[in-house]
Parts: sequence; structure tokens; C-alpha cells
Amino acid sequence: MKSLAELQAIRDKMKDKVVLREGYGEKRVVVGMATCGIAAGARPVLNAFVEGVNKAGLSATVTVTQTGCIGICQFEPVVEVYEAGKEKVTYVKMTAEKAEKVINEHLKNGKVITEYTLAANK
Amino acid sequence: MKELSLNILDITENSLKAGSTLTHILLTETKNTLTIVIKDNGCGMSSEMCKNVINPFFTTRTTRKVGFGIPFFKLVAEQTGGSFKIESKSQKEFPKNHGTCVTAVFNKNHIDYTPLGDIVSTVITLIQGHPESDFYFKHTVGEGEVLLNTQELRQVLGDDINLNEFEILNWIKDFLKEQYENL
Repeated sequence: MKSLAELQAIRDKMKDKVVLREGYGEKRVVVGMATCGIAAGARPVLNAFVEGVNKAGLSATVTVTQTGCIGICQFEPVVEVYEAGKEKVTYVKMTAEKAEKVINEHLKNGKVITEYTLAANK
Repeated sequence: MKELSLNILDITENSLKAGSTLTHILLTETKNTLTIVIKDNGCGMSSEMCKNVINPFFTTRTTRKVGFGIPFFKLVAEQTGGSFKIESKSQKEFPKNHGTCVTAVFNKNHIDYTPLGDIVSTVITLIQGHPESDFYFKHTVGEGEVLLNTQELRQVLGDDINLNEFEILNWIKDFLKEQYENL
């Protein structure tokens, strides 16, 4: 059975690690989670990013957050990638599979996947 | 929406937008019915606005002209022969006990009943996006129940560890899944 004692053990293990996260949030992945996004499948996309970023060992540099509707509902699920000093990249009609590719190519290696972007789907 | 759990995610996002610091998500199942209650302590609404939100062509947002969240939820409840209710106390009129409460009752045996779906994923998504807010989630099925109170977890974690750290989210997911397996 899961217990709060077990949670406490996880906390103790994490305490040292948190200090190391100085460069937190160099890249920001923002998933649209309004009615339009949720109905189009944003929940599995968000969870794919949360899990994938961690699995790829990118959690020190990439933060995954949520936002409301950004006004292009017909392109949902929409994911925006922000990086300091670079132009924002907007990925549209996302899926969990596409999210995995974005993590491996864009977030890890800095290569934007043009075919998933808003510009390529307009 | 393909699952009621997605409607729950959508409606609860409204609560968080309204500044709720503690949101109750209560699911109660009997043999034939499912009752969903989402209750927050956010800024609430005036009685006039509360009447308006069931109209899909009313929204507070400026990026578009429609707001389908509440009308969708009302529709999926009523199409099973169930019911929908939204009550609100605005912060202006009730500075001490403001907030909004949405209640939807579903007939589980109706052909148009939408399955609940992956509710654990909804709870995890809410905590991931709003680690500063507290959630009290309870799903009662007959005699059994699944319970998560983030206030309790916060006490264990202290101030320096967020509820949306990956390891913590994973623990919460397993904690809920285990309770569902034992239900």
C-alpha cells in the first residue's frame, strides 16, 4: 500500500536534487488546456510532454506548463515552445506521438520540426 | 468530449481561473447514477452571470466569442435524463464564503451516457498545471472510496518541494491507481 511515509522518503531523496536545478526553465513548453484544447486531445499531449521530458533527462532545462485558449481552436491541440533569444515555435494538431518527436528532435537537439508548425498547416 | 473526466478537467480549470485555492471534486456512484460535484472557493459570479454561463454564446474571454465548457457539461448530463445545476456566491457579496458549485447527475444506464474515462489522468493534469492550488478528490462507489487530499501531501512535502515535481506526480498517480484497484 502507498503511504505518506513513502512520500516522505521521496521528499528526502529529492531535497538535494532541487538545489541543483539552477538553470530551471531555459526552454518552456506551453500546452493549451481550454475547452477547445481538451476536447481535441490536449490531456494526453500534456502528459506525454511531462513524462517524456523527464525520461529524456531534460527536466533541468525544460519546464512544461499549461495555458488557456490562444484563439486558434481549429488547430488544437496547440503547443508553444519558448526559448530565450529565439522566436516562439507553435506546433499544431499535436498528438502524444508527435510530442515524443518534438522532445527528441527539438527540445533535445534544437531542430524545429517544421511540418508540425502552424506555418506549415495554415 | 469523449470522456466525462475531460469535462471535469475543463470545468475545474474555470475554478482555478477564478482563483480557487481549494477545489473539491466529488464523484458519487450508485447502481444507476453518477453525481459529479465540483466546488471551489474562487471569486464566484453574480447571479446574472451565473445564469449566462449556460449560454454557449456567452464567454468572458476576448480571444473568441463562444464559451462551450459549461453548456457541454450540462448537455451530457441532461442527455442521460439527469440534471445540471450551477450555484455561485460572488466575492463582492459574500467576502467570507464565496465560490461556485457545479452539480451534474447522470443516469449511467442511459444509452447516451458518456463513460467517465481516465479520471486519474485528469487529477494529475490539474495538479501538474496548478501546484499552488489544493484539491480534495473523492470518488465514492457504493461502500468503497478513492480519496486524495493535496493539503495532506503538502504537509509532508514542506515548502521546498512542489506538488508537480515529476516524482511526486508519479507517486500520486500510483496512489490513486492502487486505490482504484482495491475498490
